[in-house]
Amino acid sequence: MPIHEKSLIRPENLLTHDKLTIDGVDVSGHWSTFIEARVVTDYNEELETEIAALPGGENIHRCWQCGSCTNSCTVNAIEPRFNPRYWIYLIRMGFESELLRDKDIIWQCVSCHKCTYACPRDVEPEGVMKATAHWLELKGHTARSPSMHFDLEFTEQVVARGRIEDVEVLRGFFRRTKQPLLQDWLVEIGWRLAKRLPVKWGIKSALALVFKPRTRSWGKARLAIADYIHEREEKDKKALHLDQSKGGRVAANENSAAGRLAAAE
Amino acid sequence: MSEKTKKQEYGTVGYYPGCALEGSANGYDVSTRAVAKKLGLGLKDVKNWNCCGAMEVKNVDPKLQTYLSARVLSNAVNLDHMNTVMAPCNGCYHNLKKAEYDLKHDAKSREVVDELSRKARHKTYEAGQVETIHALDWIKETIGEEGLKERTKGKLAGLKVANYYGCMYVRPRHIFPEKDQGPGSESTSKPHFMDDLLAAAGAENVEFPLKTACCGGAHTLSDSDTSTRLVLNILQAAEAAGADVIATECPTCHTGLEMHQVRAEKRFGKKTSVKIMYFTQLLGLALGIGPRRLGIHTNISDASDLIVDKRLT
Repeated sequence: MPIHEKSLIRPENLLTHDKLTIDGVDVSGHWSTFIEARVVTDYNEELETEIAALPGGENIHRCWQCGSCTNSCTVNAIEPRFNPRYWIYLIRMGFESELLRDKDIIWQCVSCHKCTYACPRDVEPEGVMKATAHWLELKGHTARSPSMHFDLEFTEQVVARGRIEDVEVLRGFFRRTKQPLLQDWLVEIGWRLAKRLPVKWGIKSALALVFKPRTRSWGKARLAIADYIHEREEKDKKALHLDQSKGGRVAANENSAAGRLAAAE
Repeated sequence: MSEKTKKQEYGTVGYYPGCALEGSANGYDVSTRAVAKKLGLGLKDVKNWNCCGAMEVKNVDPKLQTYLSARVLSNAVNLDHMNTVMAPCNGCYHNLKKAEYDLKHDAKSREVVDELSRKARHKTYEAGQVETIHALDWIKETIGEEGLKERTKGKLAGLKVANYYGCMYVRPRHIFPEKDQGPGSESTSKPHFMDDLLAAAGAENVEFPLKTACCGGAHTLSDSDTSTRLVLNILQAAEAAGADVIATECPTCHTGLEMHQVRAEKRFGKKTSVKIMYFTQLLGLALGIGPRRLGIHTNISDASDLIVDKRLT
């Protein structure tokens, strides 16, 4: 069955009659399986244009549906619903309602680059996955994904100081996603390490949290990047016809670049 | 073309450790430096380096990531006057390579990097000024297998190693124009540089099919169950192949394997006992450097028994 008819064979679209006789032949049960006819009218003709306007989605129009991306996909191997080829098809057709059925897993792309390696048309399917995940968030179809929380925490640290501090990123991520920092497995790791590591190491790690690593002569780069991110966000909102007065994604707290920029003005 | 051979060219390189090697992957940093010292290779830290963008910044904006990586390359050439940068971290290595590729082929990327560099008041980076290499290229080209054979005298004999390269060292192919160039070059589908170096030090490399499989490192914390499943595949495949230790060359992979080895045990009751060490730590042991000087005790995966059993000290 062609990929565009995949949705027709979902359980709710299948009709089976317990008792049915056609031309004198008993086709009850399994033998009377039919597919419900459907008429699609709710195409979103803007869908491809909008996703192509977001970073990473630029090359979606090149796709010729060979399926190399899904075939090589790391996530597809453990979650068959994760199907980049199918999503690219839906986006190009404007099948928004079908795409939204998978909205909560699209962010799970692990950036292994296997699809980009395999794609004969340089679509960069990984980029399309990221753009689609952004589109879903920006349009309000999904809450901010755990992955985006992580990326934003990380990026804000880079913009603010030029470098990140791993433990600080970990803490910031759990804080943003409202999860307890003391996960059983992290505690276990801490115990295992504590048994072996010298005290000196603990002191060094604690100091890194207070005196966070930072890049020297970073100030001007920070301001330039804050400007750039602001422009990028405005561009994205415009492309998606969103309210431009609403705040950006990279938070403007006092430690973030945007916040410092605001304070400097 | 320069008359210098790669061996001379790489004798002293610009060193870009990156954020992970200053933090959770400190063992990779200290072992790289210790091995360099032992082998008489020079490392000059890139001045005022910043994060390359890792796997996160590109999800906010890919061209911002290109700028971050380009700034590192610009510092190397303009502040340090180096034309080779060595990055042991796969993420850093990948991003510097990607920036190089994008700046060579994409006018829009050049425009963004030029503009941000101008506003940040530093010289922009122009493609071709710096060659980015991985720690594997660096040791392979300078010391080589013959040199390692002489210096290690087969010290790792009896140690079974699964070489794990991960994603960022080989994919996508187009950002690594020097790979897949026939004999002597690295392969993106079946990489072998780490195998070659460790074999030269006497190790027995096992047949490991998941050399370039993904560990889910980008989502180690944000999608832990997926990462645990991917890591468990790798750990179990290495054990099935008979490996004592998985040799790594990427801090994200290394930490991911270590953390999810514990998580798989705690959450899913799947215990695996294969050890995880940076390839530089293994090479360091082969060169007679003490385990503590290689930061092996700072790994989550406790390899102390293995080191005693295999007489690696």
